[in-house]
Amino acid sequence: MDNLLHIENGGIVKRSDIPLVSFDSFATILSEFVENDGYIVQFFALVEGDKNKLIAVVRNNQLFILSTEVGENFASLTATASEKFHMFEREIAEQYGIVPKDHPWLKMVRYHANYRGAPDAFGNNYSEDIPGNYSYFQVEGEAVHEVAVGPVHAGIIEPGHFRFQCSGEEVFSLEIQLGYQHRGVENLFTEVPLKRLPIIAESIAGDTSIGHNLCCCQALEALGGLSVDPGAQIVRSIALELERIANHIGDLGALSGDVAFNPPAAYFGRIRGEFLNLLQVLCGNRFGKSLVLPGGISQIMTAEQSTIIEEKLKELEPEIRHVCDLLFSAHTVQARFEQTGTVSNQMARDLGLVGYAGRASGIEYDARVTFPTESYRQLPANRNEMTNGDVNSRATVRKEEISHSIHLIRLLLNKAGETSSTTIMQDFTLEPDALIITINEGWRGEISHCLMTDAEGKIERYKVKDPSFHNWTGLAMSLRNEEISEFPLCNKSFNLSYCGFDL
Amino acid sequence: MLKIIKNRIEQGHKTTSYPKEPIELYKRYRGLPKINQDCDISVVNQCAAICPQDAIVASERKIDLGKCTFCGRCENVAGGAFVTFSQDFGMGTATREALLCDGSLPALADHAKDHFKKLFGRSLQLRQVSAGGCNSCEADTNVLNTPFFDLSRFGIDFVASPRHADGIHVTGPISKNMKSALISTYEAIPSPKVVIASGCCSISGGPFYGSSEIVGDLSAIVPVDLYIPGCPPHPLTTLHALLKFFK
Repeated sequence: MDNLLHIENGGIVKRSDIPLVSFDSFATILSEFVENDGYIVQFFALVEGDKNKLIAVVRNNQLFILSTEVGENFASLTATASEKFHMFEREIAEQYGIVPKDHPWLKMVRYHANYRGAPDAFGNNYSEDIPGNYSYFQVEGEAVHEVAVGPVHAGIIEPGHFRFQCSGEEVFSLEIQLGYQHRGVENLFTEVPLKRLPIIAESIAGDTSIGHNLCCCQALEALGGLSVDPGAQIVRSIALELERIANHIGDLGALSGDVAFNPPAAYFGRIRGEFLNLLQVLCGNRFGKSLVLPGGISQIMTAEQSTIIEEKLKELEPEIRHVCDLLFSAHTVQARFEQTGTVSNQMARDLGLVGYAGRASGIEYDARVTFPTESYRQLPANRNEMTNGDVNSRATVRKEEISHSIHLIRLLLNKAGETSSTTIMQDFTLEPDALIITINEGWRGEISHCLMTDAEGKIERYKVKDPSFHNWTGLAMSLRNEEISEFPLCNKSFNLSYCGFDL
Repeated sequence: MLKIIKNRIEQGHKTTSYPKEPIELYKRYRGLPKINQDCDISVVNQCAAICPQDAIVASERKIDLGKCTFCGRCENVAGGAFVTFSQDFGMGTATREALLCDGSLPALADHAKDHFKKLFGRSLQLRQVSAGGCNSCEADTNVLNTPFFDLSRFGIDFVASPRHADGIHVTGPISKNMKSALISTYEAIPSPKVVIASGCCSISGGPFYGSSEIVGDLSAIVPVDLYIPGCPPHPLTTLHALLKFFK
């Protein structure tokens, strides 16, 4: 434990200060850390000179960093320590061809050739452009059948492949294979001029534009020595909460639609749009794209905009309360929501679930409280009452977060007299030989970006982690021994990002 | 039951009367740009230099709306001397060339494919394919099915099976990993069929242009009939384009 270096969210770390330990101590320290209620924020590889390095950023109520050097392979921590490592280790194998030995289920994450030109860890040659070109996990037996869905789904949604092993209606196993949305985001970040970075960050996951771009811009601000005035921080916080409310409301509507209860589906569908329109009032884009820039915000919030938001909240808050009551008090809805898709507290801890998926299973972690950025230091935290880990809990957590976020926005609007000026995207230089990690609580949970600069101050490695990276496995587990007809409901209660995962 | 009725009364009627009556978007929304053709070339060059999408062709004093994400940075150069953005959301075009814009676009209703109006004017079923999209284009297309826009009142629906579809609506920069699935979906649609490229990603790669993991141009794979710019296109931009092109 002594070797772990304590770091701050959004604070610069000199690359030479990152503790470098032998792989054996690396494994021992991290194993002990995750066993004692520690979680992984980032765990990734990079090539430094001719050496392969692994860097781990972990958290309990503080952040720590540690690194080690490995050859072409290393002993898998998933196998010996915790499932929390499993997706990260698969990603390391895919991105750099560095193989975690004895990994219990080593398979590709996104289906692309590795960055190092090393032999492929999965034996793919990538001449076929299909991530599903892979022998799926199969259950055998006379009454067992398989259901394959996707990549193209029966609606306006992102692509992904789902493979169910069922006996009758009962699902034994759900395997989720993604990668169809892979756009090469991490590498693109290191190749393009600074002016493009916020635009790309906003499109990592369009429903989390504010969350991801905050992570990107906070990192650039620290590395570039830019300061953000309190007025701009308030607007950024308001935008992040508007994003949260819009998505939660949309999902409650979709959950309602999935149990064929149409009135709340229609009402919430429309109310969600009202919140997107408030982001448009702030910055001209319904998803908050273009609002956040390194150093501040592109357009200030004047009395006009804050009044529009205040008035709209006054109008919508009772409507939301009434429609929530309609939804949550309907017996037919309760019968479908309760005890469906349960992820136990132990399972959620083992997998390291984040965001509302974690909170619904009793993991209290909220990055707004533990690692506050922007205006969150001055704002009250939320507490969730329903933590059974089922669809009902995940829906109730959303309901509770909607009212909490409305409360936060009202508090922030009252502070809005703070000075603030318009920021223009300009060129600036970044601190050389540095590493920075930024964390924000997006609406799905913990988002984290990690940037490393080289001796010239150029971005050498850019690592992105969407909360979905932790939570997709939670969805797969929630389906165990459920009826296959519960899939849409479980899926919507998690509503994970395909593109945020696929990068 | 009583709760349903009470909520129904509270919610009231919310569907927009667009296109019968015009609809105004908030002044900060950035739609069709207004371009000053007499602008000093040094200002135009400055705009081109800061454009994150390299969407400004300085020599012609034009903006390529197929690349533009409407981030509005160019509007801040010299107080909008070269470009300001209007609230006009009608920006669909029938050709890629027309998106290279000097501030005006050809009237979409006059496009050359009149037979589409005859074939699909009264009923249009579309299959949506997200091919590497960030989910904002998808979300703002989904929104068309909410009560405010109520797309099906125009006889336009998004359907599950490509066999039931008259055309394909594509979002995203076409990731390499989605190319095959996209082509299969296109081929499964019976002819005659229409192809719509929605959002700057499907037109030019959008924010991801230059990435080696994307195709970056839908028209390089299948012939495109209708282009809808934006990042993402406003739901009204999509609605306007569909109505003008097919009705």
